[in-house]
Amino acid sequence: MPKMSLYDKVFKPRSYTLESGQVIEEKRSRIPLVLLVLVILVITSGELTGFSLDTLVTRINYFFVILRDMVPPDWSYMPRVWQPLMDTIKMSLLGSVVGAVLCIPFSILCASNLVHNKVITAFFKFFYSLVRTLPTLVIALIATYIFGLGTFAGTVAIAVFTFAYCGKILYEQIETVDMGSHEALEALGMGRLSAIRYAVWPQVLPGFISNVLFCFEGNVRYASILGYVGAGGLGLILNERIGWMEYARVGMILLALFVTVVIIESVSSYFRKKLA
Amino acid sequence: MNLELTYAETLSHEPKKWRAVLVTVLLSVLILGWSASAVQSNSTGGSGLAVAKGIVLGILHPTPSLLFTLGTNGVPYLLLETMSIAFLGTLVGAILALPFSFLGASNIVPKPVAYIVRLAVMAVRTIPPFVYGLMFIMVTGPGAFAGLLTMSCCSIGMLSKMFTESIEELDRGILESLDAAGCNTWDKIRYGILPQLMPSFSSTLIYRFDMNLRDASVLGLVGAGGIGAPLLFAMNSYRWNDVGAILLGLVILVLIVEWISSKLRTKLMRG
Repeated sequence: MPKMSLYDKVFKPRSYTLESGQVIEEKRSRIPLVLLVLVILVITSGELTGFSLDTLVTRINYFFVILRDMVPPDWSYMPRVWQPLMDTIKMSLLGSVVGAVLCIPFSILCASNLVHNKVITAFFKFFYSLVRTLPTLVIALIATYIFGLGTFAGTVAIAVFTFAYCGKILYEQIETVDMGSHEALEALGMGRLSAIRYAVWPQVLPGFISNVLFCFEGNVRYASILGYVGAGGLGLILNERIGWMEYARVGMILLALFVTVVIIESVSSYFRKKLA
Repeated sequence: MNLELTYAETLSHEPKKWRAVLVTVLLSVLILGWSASAVQSNSTGGSGLAVAKGIVLGILHPTPSLLFTLGTNGVPYLLLETMSIAFLGTLVGAILALPFSFLGASNIVPKPVAYIVRLAVMAVRTIPPFVYGLMFIMVTGPGAFAGLLTMSCCSIGMLSKMFTESIEELDRGILESLDAAGCNTWDKIRYGILPQLMPSFSSTLIYRFDMNLRDASVLGLVGAGGIGAPLLFAMNSYRWNDVGAILLGLVILVLIVEWISSKLRTKLMRG
């Protein structure tokens, strides 16, 4: 008799008798329970956040007020968008590279198949999840306090985010590599580090680069938010124009950002397909 | 003719890659140098270290009155509100993402349509959260409701991308065999499509909830509820102990939610 969970004890499984006389049991579906929990959660959070479908339906047209002001975008503003746009791209490029390079040693220390000390791997894994819990915006804000307003703070924030994101994926990748060649190289008398360099590194490299590229795509978009807290880039002028309610110019900035993101994403997804 | 090669000869037959390596390194250095040119910061005049020290001390000595009061200004209530925003935001986002994801799947609609829909999703994703925040504040007024709607708009991009991927992986063989067994359209959806999509959809939703909880601080920028606004106020007025209390609460909550969500997702993956 297999162990029965509480749910199965309350709601008895349905049993069928086969022609051979054997009795089989079908467990009751969990879906009603899941649905009940979901409904309770929806109602409580609806209460807490003041969700009202009524407001939404009657006032949704106000959503488009700003959006309508954005079209047509103010093309004459474009010359002044270039500089911050380039800043945003540069920030995210440098931040992604720095974060990606920094995370390599940490990820090796996290991988339980390379480091056999449980305490070390657990410590660094916890360190990664701790860094990941800090919202990027908060990191950017802290960075502006420490390093002053400007693109450097944004670059630091992006580097920290990339570090935590790519690092986690990298150590998970390292833990799933085929360790045979690593063992063979160690048996030939290679040191730990060169065995990692020649056996583990080539296996994880394509996936790692692909992830860094993916992260970079997201970072370009993210870098435009960071300017909002004074960390340089597009967000800076975006915030300014919103403050002046010059929505046609806001539309121009967003359009420029959109085109950039589309170009970067198609280039990077081409390379990621090559890598896969 | 001697076909046996010595080790030295084998090594000399190794493909020569130095040119490719050189070009790659040069390009990378050039690009990095170019991007480093943008890095500049206005010096804080040595106060940076003091601020760093303040933050570290603040996290080590959080304000207990903020951390443990149950009123509407206390951290527990703010965290609860943030969780509600993230939860409903994810749900509403999923509902909004559904049409996009079915229309973006190239095995359901013709390729050009799918491409245009994907472009539209990208456009939706490019608008930064605080712009959405402003738009929704015009609809609902400042508060948690605006935050919820903002969060749902920001979730559309990733959700519909992941949904589309799982829709494109649908196994059509199952539908054909259901057809052969004489099932009608509803039966096919109920027994052929839903069981295939539910695990990956719910896994995506749980993951997005996790992310939304983390990103909820962005909403504070525009006064759209949640824990972001008190956090930013505390930072701007250098109340590091309050910052410490809020950050501590947020970090602990996110760690717990992440742990639960990864448990749930492994369970879903194993079926």
